[in-house]
Amino acid sequence: MYSRAYKAFVSLPPLVWVGLFLLLPYALMFAHSFWAVREGVVVHDWNLQNFKTLYSNPVYFAVLLRTMRIAASVTLCSLLLGYPLAYYLSFHAGARKELLYQLVIVPLWVSYLVRGYAWKTILGSEGVLNGFLQYLHLTHEPVAFLLYSPFAVVLMLTHIYTPFVFLPIYASLEHIPRPLVEASQDLGAGSTQTFFRVILPLSIPGLLAGATFAFVLSLGDFLAPLLVGGASGTMIANVVQSLFGAAFDWPLGAAIAVCILIITISLLFLSERAEKRWSFK
Amino acid sequence: MSARTSTRRAPLLTVYAALVFAFVYLPIVVLILYSFNRDGVGGFPPRQFTLNWYRQLFADGPIWDSVLNSVIVAAGSVALALTLGLLAALALDRASFPGKALFRRLVLLPLILPGIITGLSLLMLAVFAGAQLSLLTVFLGHGTALISVATTELFAGLQKIDRSQEEASLDLGATPWQTFWRITLPNLKLSLIAAGLLIFTLSMDEIAVTFFLIGRDNTLPLEIWGRLRRGITPEINAISTLIFVFSVALIVIWYRVRTRGLGAEARELLERP
Amino acid sequence: MSSAEANLTNETSPAPGALLEARGLAKHFGKIQVLKGISLNIASGEFLTLLGESGSGKTTLLRLVAGFEQPTAGEIWMGGERLDTLPPYKRQVNTVFQHYALFPHLSVRENVAYGLRVKKTAAREIGGRVDEALRLVKMQDFATARPTKLSGGQQQRVALARALVNRPQLLLLDEPLSALDANLRKQMQSELKALQREIGITFLFVTHDQEEAMALSDRIALLRDGNLEQVASPREIYSHPATAYTAQFIGQTNLLRGEIHRSIITCGNLRWPVEDGDGPAIFSLRPEAIRLCTDGKRQTHEVKFRGAVRQQIYSGASELLEVDCGGGQLLRVRLPASGPITGEHEFVFSLPDAIRVKE
Repeated sequence: MYSRAYKAFVSLPPLVWVGLFLLLPYALMFAHSFWAVREGVVVHDWNLQNFKTLYSNPVYFAVLLRTMRIAASVTLCSLLLGYPLAYYLSFHAGARKELLYQLVIVPLWVSYLVRGYAWKTILGSEGVLNGFLQYLHLTHEPVAFLLYSPFAVVLMLTHIYTPFVFLPIYASLEHIPRPLVEASQDLGAGSTQTFFRVILPLSIPGLLAGATFAFVLSLGDFLAPLLVGGASGTMIANVVQSLFGAAFDWPLGAAIAVCILIITISLLFLSERAEKRWSFK
Repeated sequence: MSARTSTRRAPLLTVYAALVFAFVYLPIVVLILYSFNRDGVGGFPPRQFTLNWYRQLFADGPIWDSVLNSVIVAAGSVALALTLGLLAALALDRASFPGKALFRRLVLLPLILPGIITGLSLLMLAVFAGAQLSLLTVFLGHGTALISVATTELFAGLQKIDRSQEEASLDLGATPWQTFWRITLPNLKLSLIAAGLLIFTLSMDEIAVTFFLIGRDNTLPLEIWGRLRRGITPEINAISTLIFVFSVALIVIWYRVRTRGLGAEARELLERP
Repeated sequence: MSSAEANLTNETSPAPGALLEARGLAKHFGKIQVLKGISLNIASGEFLTLLGESGSGKTTLLRLVAGFEQPTAGEIWMGGERLDTLPPYKRQVNTVFQHYALFPHLSVRENVAYGLRVKKTAAREIGGRVDEALRLVKMQDFATARPTKLSGGQQQRVALARALVNRPQLLLLDEPLSALDANLRKQMQSELKALQREIGITFLFVTHDQEEAMALSDRIALLRDGNLEQVASPREIYSHPATAYTAQFIGQTNLLRGEIHRSIITCGNLRWPVEDGDGPAIFSLRPEAIRLCTDGKRQTHEVKFRGAVRQQIYSGASELLEVDCGGGQLLRVRLPASGPITGEHEFVFSLPDAIRVKE
């Protein structure tokens, strides 16, 4: 039905654009990772030194590990918050379901910066939370670890990504035909058994999608550490950012960025495979 | 067949869900509250109501300059992303060519990759091309990253179009070009509006990619970021509150547009027992 | 007192042989009153069909028995114990759902075993019972298949096996054949009937298809707008409909409305003697009860009338004629297939075939 001219017309501009503004930049970043810096200038000296540095330097390695731990914590916490919320909306909210859904997605699109800033003001030594605790006489001096710590980063990112995690899980749950739940109860399974035997298995694709999303985005986050992480909450993306900034070593930065990219794409790929295995169409 | 059904109650779960809701909204509520607090950002409880910070905000020139910059970039991004996104959606829906699967993945990649990757790679392109960092580079960055949003939304919209409408148009003598303008595009109207609203909001709020592509002129998020480095003032609470209100309004409109477009199908999905 | 009337009265003592008793069941959703007070007994081992249009409340009634809804008034008793206060997973009742509701992530075998696993039945016993259930529905070769790969009819059998393996006291079937095509449907009807006879479990079947109800049931409970219109065996309900609605819903009929005056009912150009008192009356006369009068004679218990054939619809074994009896009165007459018929003819029917019905 569509002529070759039509197809060419619609395909070429985006192809060219994507090639120029996505493929080429990634290729450049990839190329940079094999180069080096000498006397403040990037030299096109093809070598694997950068990757060796990342592997052998204990500081970088520790930061990478910490980043993984933070990303895992964020994912876990977001799931613990987002899944029950999605379950409630899907199965118990009744007539208010649509309104509640809107209420959940609204914060999703409201500025990351606004939300991160809010946490910064809440968690500080003179922040709202400390003030609140002291007002209630629960503490007598500011609790330090609240801000400028990995804890703060996890807290802030969980807050950001809970709605992200909620969305695909909710979609998955909504796709479960209600007669299946009734059939399970009809056959003698109570709410708990029905959940673990029927609802949970059928919601795994959504769960995996949400978890992957949260993990991958947390892994590469550099803003949260800058806002609330302090020195002890630095993550791997901050290292990259500083290498492109003050610490001027673009090749090394590119190498780390490439590693993040590879980890990310691998996780996405694995997740997609797993999602397919767990979707029963 | 529609059997009417009732929903069951689950008290513990309801409480837990309410707590999660509170967690998601509390920081924002606190933020808004303290934008009216005379004594500033910290401490508890907020003591004195004042509109001072808003007055200060409205007199703050650089902030509004950055707002204007953001709006310009956002508007441009909408135009760019929608155009390329529409073409990409059409290509994915109707054309087949070698590397199509790769193309689809590439287009959608900026959506799921951390912003730093997209931002850095585009920075390297800018350097490679010898371009000066400026609002133009920011605009190109946003536009590129947000093509993925446009493509997703428009592709979904295309799927819903009844193919036989286009066939009928061709049958009645219209050329493919005419069919596109008279039939396809009007059917996509709601998807285009929805995508446009979303892209605008995301571009206004964008910070990760912008971080690496910004030149001398700041966008709003970067302006706020710069001030944060210098110290916290409730004026930031005030602008944040305004951003929040504005975003909420846009998103509510977006949601209404989207579900209105789906019509009977969405209503059925939402009402399904 | 006919069995229909017996079941429409409120009974306070359980009827002998009754497995399930519904007493004064009512249900409303918001402002809509879906069930308005249903009292019904189901005998052990019987095949009872709830028949009605959409919105009649038949599915809601079924769901009340299954436990997916709570009655707003009334009670359900089964085997001498209160049923409606139990949640669905504690009832000795199983359901075959309209679209089967098979679990897509479990194999056929695991689907059928589900109810047994949930009750922590011994693994050895599960195997045997599952095989037995699958053999009963002729699906033993599909034990390892996934439900999504099966046809509609096959899925339906698996759904049946999944319910029956639990040996419920009562099996509920929610329009299980409505998604199948006509031929498969007829085949499944006879299989279902034979199955029920063989295993002797009480079946409560919901359908809107009156032919299906007639073919399968021991008794039919006709629902209309949340009320029980009539409960009787298929033959009884067909030959002695209680109301005009029943007469029209089940099979086809001619509704003759007229005035009784001094023991004669006058309906347009038709007139015959009745035993009832004066006043308006409605009579139901089935099309197949009317014959062509060939010999010009009339017996005492017969009614003759003249009419012009306006339309003739041929359907293989019979013809349906639309006959104009004068004064705008049109009657439908079913005759064995005999070739085209036109013009004026004499028709005759027997008095007992005109059944008086309520509005």
